[in-house]
Amino acid sequence: MTSKSITTSAYDWVDERLGLSELAAFARHKTVPVHAQSFWYYWGGISLFLFLVQCFTGVLLLVYYHPGADAYESVRQITFVMHFGWLIRSAHSWSANLMIFSILVHMFSVYFMKAYRKPREFGWLSGMALLGIASVFGFSGYLLPMDELSYFATKVGLQIPAAIPWIGPVIGNMLRGGLEVNEFTVQRFFALHVVVLPALFLPLLAFHLWLVQRHGNALPPSERMKPAAERKSMPFFPNFLRKDLAMWLISLNILALLASVFPWSLGKQADMLVPAPMGIHPEWYFMSPFEMLKLLGAFLPGEAGEIAGILIFTLGIALWILIPFYDTNSDTGRRARTAHYFGLLAVFALLTTTVLGYWTAR
Amino acid sequence: MARVGCGAGEETYGGRSLTGRITRMSQAIDTPHIVPESISEQRTRRGFLIAAGAAGLCYTAALAYPIYRYLASPQEMESSATAVTEVTLKDAQKLPSGSVLMFKFGTAPAMLIHHEDGRWVALTAVCTHLGCTVQYEPQADRIHCGCHGGVYNAYSGANVSGPPPKPLKLFKVAVGDAGVNVSRT
Repeated sequence: MTSKSITTSAYDWVDERLGLSELAAFARHKTVPVHAQSFWYYWGGISLFLFLVQCFTGVLLLVYYHPGADAYESVRQITFVMHFGWLIRSAHSWSANLMIFSILVHMFSVYFMKAYRKPREFGWLSGMALLGIASVFGFSGYLLPMDELSYFATKVGLQIPAAIPWIGPVIGNMLRGGLEVNEFTVQRFFALHVVVLPALFLPLLAFHLWLVQRHGNALPPSERMKPAAERKSMPFFPNFLRKDLAMWLISLNILALLASVFPWSLGKQADMLVPAPMGIHPEWYFMSPFEMLKLLGAFLPGEAGEIAGILIFTLGIALWILIPFYDTNSDTGRRARTAHYFGLLAVFALLTTTVLGYWTAR
Repeated sequence: MARVGCGAGEETYGGRSLTGRITRMSQAIDTPHIVPESISEQRTRRGFLIAAGAAGLCYTAALAYPIYRYLASPQEMESSATAVTEVTLKDAQKLPSGSVLMFKFGTAPAMLIHHEDGRWVALTAVCTHLGCTVQYEPQADRIHCGCHGGVYNAYSGANVSGPPPKPLKLFKVAVGDAGVNVSRT
């Protein structure tokens, strides 16, 4: 028996049981549109890749991390005692930030290509849910080292839900596990970060990816207007997949460079009796809502400002999530333009408040 | 429809030379009329594949090495502990006769026995059968393993009965005024 016939018969054996050739036939027919905006098609894949990096480095950190009272000590040990522990931790932190960034790029590209329209509403909704979970991942993960910065950022962050009338304090105490951020908070954030959130994220991600397979890539309106004969495409397998994997490799290289050249620092151990150091601010992806609340607080002092801020923010997010049900028309029209301007406004508001936040936090 | 106009799935996107070559190769396999390739073309492709494979291997190794070292950190820390050659047990000289003191020699459990007749014996407390921690039984004056019933002589460490294949290793014991010094023989 030649090696070739062994491979063929092995393939046939597996194929008969798992139906690989159906999958191959499916992959052969799948195509990806080629046009001026094709570049944006890679960002979902990049987000997926960075999520996989998060899973992998997260499990590695889990090998030595202790939640609870020795959280800080265990992170110190990972960073300074274990070989390459600093690199694993740095990769996890950097990859988290890059993942949020690429999800945001993915979201805005979907928004401006109007890829949320029929039949892709569920893709948009599940994507927004994934972004929501990703930000809770970020918030809960930020506390786990229990250094000064993470302690105060969490303390401040939990004041926001606490400002909701009546039920706010209950929510705050429930998240903290008491009146103060302490080892109980770390323990429950840990449970959230490594068990609850992955259990929610993974099935949603599977659903999101299945929808992409089902509906294929959306065409931006400019392409949609072209006659079918003028549109170009490339096969998904192997052409697009190869480019996708090349993007993954580029992402991995950028991540490796950032993680090793700019290793993530570990501050002093959190101590509630030590006054907060200057310039405590949230992660960049929370900077915008943080700054908006601060700005509103300047106009409307006291509780009224906080409540108004939360209301405005919730309303903005609700409008953003519900956009597929407002801008339903498949061609350009008045609603499509409104949606477009709303998107530009959102980008502008996010960018200016983020810049302003860093400007004033200096 | 979003996926109209995909044609027969040909590559219509800035065909790179490599892509073109691979497409041509697959055509050559599919069609019965196999076009013989020039030897130089074969050689370039072979060289490219070898270089790409080597680069991929280096890349994977560069990723795998830190991960291996990270996961192996505790073993490396332990290896310095296993290099221990002696342990001083403070105040162990006060151990009453007919009793035992369990202690750690390096990373592994060990036992110091003060026999009824006044003799001092120190040995490893790891059963040579499957590694359970053994127990000194003063009534029977023997060492017994609870896992599979192995029995050792409490003076020499010799395996007396049951499954243990080898004796327990003895340590050198020096009883002083401040403590007992146990060292490798």
